[in-house]
Amino acid sequence: MTEASATAPAVEARNVTRVLPGTVPVTLVREIDLAIMPGEFVAITGPSGSGKSSLLYLLGLLDRPSDGKILVHGRDTSGLSGDELAALRLARIGFVFQFHFLLPEFTALENVLVPMRRLERWDDRAARERAERLLSDVGLADQMKKRPDQMSGGQRQRVAIARSMANDPDIVLADEPTGNLDQKNGQIVFEIFTRLATEYGKSVITVTHDPHLAEQTHRQIHLVDGRIVDDGSKDRAQPAEPAATASSWSPG
Amino acid sequence: MNLKLDIALTHLKARKRQTLVSVLGVAMGVGFFIAIASLMQGFQEDLVRRVIDNSPHITMKDEFRDPPLQPIEIAYAGGAFALRGVKPKTEIRGIRRAGQIMQALTTWQGLTVSQVLQGQGFLRYGSKERSATITGIEPDRERLVTRIEKDIVEGSIDSLKTAANGIILGRGLARRLALQMNDTVTVTSPTGVIIRMKVVGISHTGVLAFDEANAYVLLKKNQILQGKTNIVNQIRMRADDINESRAIAAKVESRFGYKSESWDEANEGVFGVFFIQNMIMYSVTSAILVVACFGIFNIISTVIFEKTRDIAIMKSMGFAEGDVRTIFLLEGLALGAIGAGIGCALGLALTSMLSVIRFKAVGLVEIQQFILKWSVWHYAIASGIAMVSAVAAAYIPSRRAAKVNPVEIVRGAA
Repeated sequence: MTEASATAPAVEARNVTRVLPGTVPVTLVREIDLAIMPGEFVAITGPSGSGKSSLLYLLGLLDRPSDGKILVHGRDTSGLSGDELAALRLARIGFVFQFHFLLPEFTALENVLVPMRRLERWDDRAARERAERLLSDVGLADQMKKRPDQMSGGQRQRVAIARSMANDPDIVLADEPTGNLDQKNGQIVFEIFTRLATEYGKSVITVTHDPHLAEQTHRQIHLVDGRIVDDGSKDRAQPAEPAATASSWSPG
Repeated sequence: MNLKLDIALTHLKARKRQTLVSVLGVAMGVGFFIAIASLMQGFQEDLVRRVIDNSPHITMKDEFRDPPLQPIEIAYAGGAFALRGVKPKTEIRGIRRAGQIMQALTTWQGLTVSQVLQGQGFLRYGSKERSATITGIEPDRERLVTRIEKDIVEGSIDSLKTAANGIILGRGLARRLALQMNDTVTVTSPTGVIIRMKVVGISHTGVLAFDEANAYVLLKKNQILQGKTNIVNQIRMRADDINESRAIAAKVESRFGYKSESWDEANEGVFGVFFIQNMIMYSVTSAILVVACFGIFNIISTVIFEKTRDIAIMKSMGFAEGDVRTIFLLEGLALGAIGAGIGCALGLALTSMLSVIRFKAVGLVEIQQFILKWSVWHYAIASGIAMVSAVAAAYIPSRRAAKVNPVEIVRGAA
């Protein structure tokens, strides 16, 4: 706990409310206060329609709050332009969705390369090596040249995870990443997430409705009707110390 | 390769048939533009060439732009009374002091001059008769100023000097009168002078109206025929630099007072027609390109509709709106560029096909084949228009793509 409080939150929501405007305005989430530390693996749970995904999109800067603020590494994002938010997502945030959303015409390797080619932090050679390492780390060393339609659902989702890690983000957000996977593949995905948090110090936030998987995280945030009714951080496992060893998850 | 271009080309490659149709649409527009532009400009330049060649660069006539003042108007300028019905003073028309003007003009740099007397005449041969414009020339000077010598297809300009009463007829005129070389034709002038003349040459310019109504005799002979001894009514000039014609004409007119027209001024009507022709050409070919652009608009709209998920994921990944827009603009540009490339080849093929077609058409001018002008500008302009319109056609759907809200898409899919 001392370790976590000494470090600034990777992403923080302050009194965030999101209302969909319309003839009958719909409140997706209301008055959310939340801070996620580096190295924390967090599950957001709750019944459907409780605002889990909406909260995730807000934390991932895909959506803007109607009220309140989202802070990334202590920086208020409410005044940023769409392009600035996009730049922040590109470098700092990785997304994994229920559906893999890979670009269908590109191979696994090329899909992982897309965010890197956009950011251009690595030159072509380094980016390629890094993409190969990322894919090997999710157990797809022999599938790199395959296109999404030639792979299984579990493999595709692992490509999507490798892609979310492409630019070495601090924050990984997953929206029902195991929703379309069988139990075995779901378990593999969760193990990868656990490693990302515990070994590499990423903040991993996943939306899930699978209580068994949610149990494996450090902290479970339970939402009902857009409000946090239970934040398990107080009595659950603490985020682990980031690993000191150099690995493919870090830049280089 | 650039990432955005890579994605753009991948989208197009995934829809080969539709891409091909759009590209062919653009190619057709570009190809036809090139072919028609080449035809039009070729025709226009040919016409101009014939017109220029047939007429001197500058012609000084025995008239004034404004009618000269009558003596009474000079004597009582600004008088309290105005006199109506003053008949102009009778005078023999012609350029006065033509000899002096000629002498002055020959000293001008870059100018060759000749003098002629032009008048009407009535040609009769057997039962056939026709009126014609008879131009009295000095062969040695005229050959330097106009194309007359090159246009003579039978006989020669010099035989005017050797034959006692020689006449050179336009080919159309000779045909109408059923005259052959060395036949004798009776020429009657408006003043009633009748001379029997021998056909010593046939000229053929290719401009039909001209060939049917013109005949040449010696200057002296025409002065007798028209009853205007020692009078000329035109001084013709050839400028070394044809583009200077208009400026020289203005200088000549201000110096000597007589109305002096350059070839382009004399043929202003033709250039007006050219302008309308060009307008028609550009609207027709633009219409083809507009249709092609609908194809581009269509394919890019379809791609965007199908790739909404891809767009959403790219945006969630951190692609900015501008990035997404660029991808689809690049798709438009690629279609335009490939279309323009194929179109240029098509244009080249069409023009070379047209250039070998032979036919016989007698209209304003006689032509046996299409006269084509090959210019790299046609290709550049057509390609430029195609690419600009392709990007314009891609712009509207690309803006919509940039505005895709990833939240709506990923939420809908989940």
